[in-house]
Amino acid sequence: MGLTHFGSHPARTSRDLFAEAGLAALDDAGVDPTDVEGVFYGNFMGDIAEHQGHQGPLAAEALGVDAPATRYESACASSGVALRQAVRDVRNGEADVLVVGGAERMTNLDTEETTEALAIAADDLYEVRAGMTFPGAYALMARAYFEEYGGSREDLAEIAVKNHANAVGNDHAQFQREITVEDALDAPMVAEPLGLYDACPITDGASAAVLVSPEYAEEHDLDADVAITGTGQGGDKMALHDRDALAHTPAATDAADEAFADAGIGTGDVDVAEVHDCFTIAEVLALEGMGFFDEGEGVTAAAEGVTTADGDLPVNLSGGLKAKGHPVGATGVSQLAELTKLLRGDHHNSDRVADARVGVAHNAGGTVASATVHVLEKQA
Amino acid sequence: MNQGYDEFTAALESDDGYYLECANGHGSLPPRRVCPHCGDRDLSEAPLPEEGEVLSYTVVHVPTPAFAGEAPYATAVAEFGSVRLTGRVAAGPDDVSTGMEVSATAEGDDDLSVVFEPR
Repeated sequence: MGLTHFGSHPARTSRDLFAEAGLAALDDAGVDPTDVEGVFYGNFMGDIAEHQGHQGPLAAEALGVDAPATRYESACASSGVALRQAVRDVRNGEADVLVVGGAERMTNLDTEETTEALAIAADDLYEVRAGMTFPGAYALMARAYFEEYGGSREDLAEIAVKNHANAVGNDHAQFQREITVEDALDAPMVAEPLGLYDACPITDGASAAVLVSPEYAEEHDLDADVAITGTGQGGDKMALHDRDALAHTPAATDAADEAFADAGIGTGDVDVAEVHDCFTIAEVLALEGMGFFDEGEGVTAAAEGVTTADGDLPVNLSGGLKAKGHPVGATGVSQLAELTKLLRGDHHNSDRVADARVGVAHNAGGTVASATVHVLEKQA
Repeated sequence: MNQGYDEFTAALESDDGYYLECANGHGSLPPRRVCPHCGDRDLSEAPLPEEGEVLSYTVVHVPTPAFAGEAPYATAVAEFGSVRLTGRVAAGPDDVSTGMEVSATAEGDDDLSVVFEPR
């Protein structure tokens, strides 16, 4: 796997960002680029940010790979969806070696332009025209959650504090510094009840990984000691107002049920998770949706130390989207990269989960109208 | 032009709002050829209830360029019988609350969009 630094790189093109991550992934895997049979590439807003559609072929040639390449777009779940398709192709015997990843260039736009670009992940006619923004939609879910189950801005701040603490030491992370609950509560409002520290930053970056079949790994004596053993995807109505409930994400439930059954595991088997915390409330909804907590119980998990680095289920040891950053199309595969490092023991937080064998990645698009869940297991 | 949406918001603006109802009583918003909830193709227009209830809302401080001059403003999801709408609330951010009763209309210079008025 390979990652660029996640942060502000406004002058770098997505093709250059992806080249850095993809070449690092090929080198890390020890795979000959001429063996690559396809590139599965996630990108969300390249049409707007770079005036560049059809990025698949650009992604392949950026790696010096001569193979078919496709861009997958499912908003913030773009590379999660790309990953799922690649996993299925390898499993089905369609391919032995695939590159999967994603890239996003965002900071070359100003904040209002980026807000507009991100908003197209919602229903343009019935949500965006009515003043809805992406943070606004999650804020609406947060208020609905508070009213249904309780919980407070302080509880959400604890999630931001946890994820910032986890990013310290992550060379790829956008924010490698700790914050306090007071920092979070005193920050300017973005969309009430969510403030600046409830939101992930705007980020440029890329991620990549090489997927190989077990047969190819054996034949080439590769050190492929982490396997993807479960994949699942869920969907929901696009607009929040067309869903049964505002404080649940059933697409994550469907994706997790499918992925866990695929891997033959239950929530109790999971040692570590990377979940899609584009906003603090999203981490809560993800953990509850996947069944790690009952509804209404997830909001205090960080404050109570259950999901902190030393807790029973460390969540977002990378720093999460909140502190690691969220280059939209790259996020799904970046979670895969972080979990791979955690399981094989070369992650900056590996010592916190020394015996970890099972990791779960949850990637979400829009207000979770799209969700993917993948299970990773350490082999032997 | 967005056929279906344009007629819907124009009807809202002239206090003649409607929604689409399937044979199983599910509500949805046009354009639709099939009920998104059950797949029923027998859709008919039903009058939108005059009174709706705010289910949740947010006060947006960082808007898109289209709303640059209006922040902070409140946007809500409100329930009108068997259909829900997203709309800006025509009230100060401090005057909005969940459970408040609103009616739906539409406003805009070029393109109309859904607006909730406190009742």
